[in-house]
Amino acid sequence: MAIDWQAFWLTLQLAVTVSAVLLVLGLPIAYWIAFSRWRWKFLVEAVVALPIVLPPTVLGFYVLVALGPRSPLGRWWISLTGHTLAFTFSGLVIGSILYSLPFAVQPFAASFAGVDRKLIAASATLGASPLRTFFRVIAPLSVPGLITGAALSFAHTMGEFGVVLMVGGNIPGVTRTVSIDIFDRVQASDYAAANQTALLLLAFSFAVLAIVYGLNRKAWVIGPVK
Amino acid sequence: MNEPRAIDSADGLTASSQPPQAERPSQKPNVPLLDACFRKRFAAQSQEFVLEVEFQAGPGFTILFGPSGAGKTTLLDCVAGLATPDSGRISVGDRTLFNVSERTDLPVAKRRIGYVFQNLALFPHLTVEQNVQYGLAHLPQAERAAQASAILQAFRIEALAQRYPREISGGESQRTALARTLVTDPSVLLLDEPLAALDAATKTKIIDDLRSWNQAHRIPILYVTHSRDEVFALGERVIVLDAGRIVAQGTPHEVITAPLQETVAQLVGFENIFDAIVESVHPARGTMTCKITSCRIAADGGPVLLETPLVRGGVGSALRVGIRAGDILLATAPPVGLSARNVIPGRIASLEQRDVIVTARVKCRIEMEVHLTLAARDSLQLAPGREVWLVIKTHSCHLMQQTTPHTR
Repeated sequence: MAIDWQAFWLTLQLAVTVSAVLLVLGLPIAYWIAFSRWRWKFLVEAVVALPIVLPPTVLGFYVLVALGPRSPLGRWWISLTGHTLAFTFSGLVIGSILYSLPFAVQPFAASFAGVDRKLIAASATLGASPLRTFFRVIAPLSVPGLITGAALSFAHTMGEFGVVLMVGGNIPGVTRTVSIDIFDRVQASDYAAANQTALLLLAFSFAVLAIVYGLNRKAWVIGPVK
Repeated sequence: MNEPRAIDSADGLTASSQPPQAERPSQKPNVPLLDACFRKRFAAQSQEFVLEVEFQAGPGFTILFGPSGAGKTTLLDCVAGLATPDSGRISVGDRTLFNVSERTDLPVAKRRIGYVFQNLALFPHLTVEQNVQYGLAHLPQAERAAQASAILQAFRIEALAQRYPREISGGESQRTALARTLVTDPSVLLLDEPLAALDAATKTKIIDDLRSWNQAHRIPILYVTHSRDEVFALGERVIVLDAGRIVAQGTPHEVITAPLQETVAQLVGFENIFDAIVESVHPARGTMTCKITSCRIAADGGPVLLETPLVRGGVGSALRVGIRAGDILLATAPPVGLSARNVIPGRIASLEQRDVIVTARVKCRIEMEVHLTLAARDSLQLAPGREVWLVIKTHSCHLMQQTTPHTR
């Protein structure tokens, strides 16, 4: 069979995990970016946006070092589980979360910032805590942005290559994803198989983006949130 | 701390103008007094102002009146806790909301200040009923439903309970916004021009309902407006704000019929204000003649002279004359046998209908604004270009000191 379904399912699993984690982890970061008045906020925004411009190998390299047995995080993980994070599925998830962070946080933050401030003020004068205001007013009015962020981080993770290669390597069933599979096929001059897999990924990514843009006209901004 | 008042479900408003609740003895022996004295820098129209106010507001309507940029909304925001004053204190009854020296700054959610915004800020994703229940989250579901349904009934919007804000009219939205705020039993109510966009009839009905509610719940209501009519219709007390300062306060009658400063005069409806010089005085008649000096149109037939009441200041002193547009009569032929001392010929430059009032601009070397009824316009067949005579009584000319160089 030409398509490596094991790699495909692994990639799907990775993408679902990453976008689910980002849907939780991205909310407080996006909330802070949307509403903080800290004067150095732009520095945090720049850090969050870094993966958009950074070569994935650079990001992957640092993640690899951070997860490796010489870093505090890596040592802590080894003491906890007995093995290193690098070249495991968990390590892949961590690297991918960082890599896709801006693709979730930016649409979240943009839609939070787009909520009429008077509605937020009204909620407060009606006695609601900031948390209640978030869940009853801000989040429901940001649903298109939440869908966009989740879908984009999902699609972005589906197609990632550099970070995966650096952090996960190429272990079938553990860290071998679709894009690495395609790379391998090309290396082996198996263009027909590479073509089939690539086409599948292309169609899949197009479908995800079509859904996102269909749901939401101003789907995505790259750039600082007002 | 004030005891949270139990809301009687039958309480609130009735459709009649005299609610039975009005006669009921007050449920709260010590009525809350809003006491504020604070300073806050703010920006309006890219200019920086300092809001510096000291006032008290007891139960009932206190009108906050002033031009846009005067700091009215900033004042409300400070009371609500949405803006933080730079210094000062704000308290309601014996509850301190804000005090710089005590480092007290109660969070918005804990202030129990009801605030109806200019744009109402109804939650678009919630139904009318869910909007009204929003502030009752601390209550059990059954009680929440009961209170919401009572206030929906009182504001006569129970039929709209399941609709979304986009599906109801402007007046209905105002009622929903008021109900949503009032159901939380606030200790002070802030209204930021909530009725500005409504027609007169709808406005009156809502104000009646609000007044009935206030009879039963004696709390201070700060009501921001820049409509002179609303000042008279609502106000037991009015505070006039200009460029961040309180320039006058008192009963509407005190503030509006005897303006102290030109800002007040302009605000309260002297549509016509002119610089003038005293030409001659007639102490025996109790009048004097003033020459208008602020001519925007090249004089083509000598100065405009007005007979005005006599005030201190001799011949040659500079004054300002204010005339309300509603105090000027229009005649289509030179009037005879009149008691009014000032008859000025002119020509209608424009006619504009606002609500049920027609605003005519009349050129008579100076330009005057005159307010007419629709009937008067039609029966006199007034139209731009028509020659008219303006008739102004001596005592309709209000004299003020010239405070600042006039730049009209």
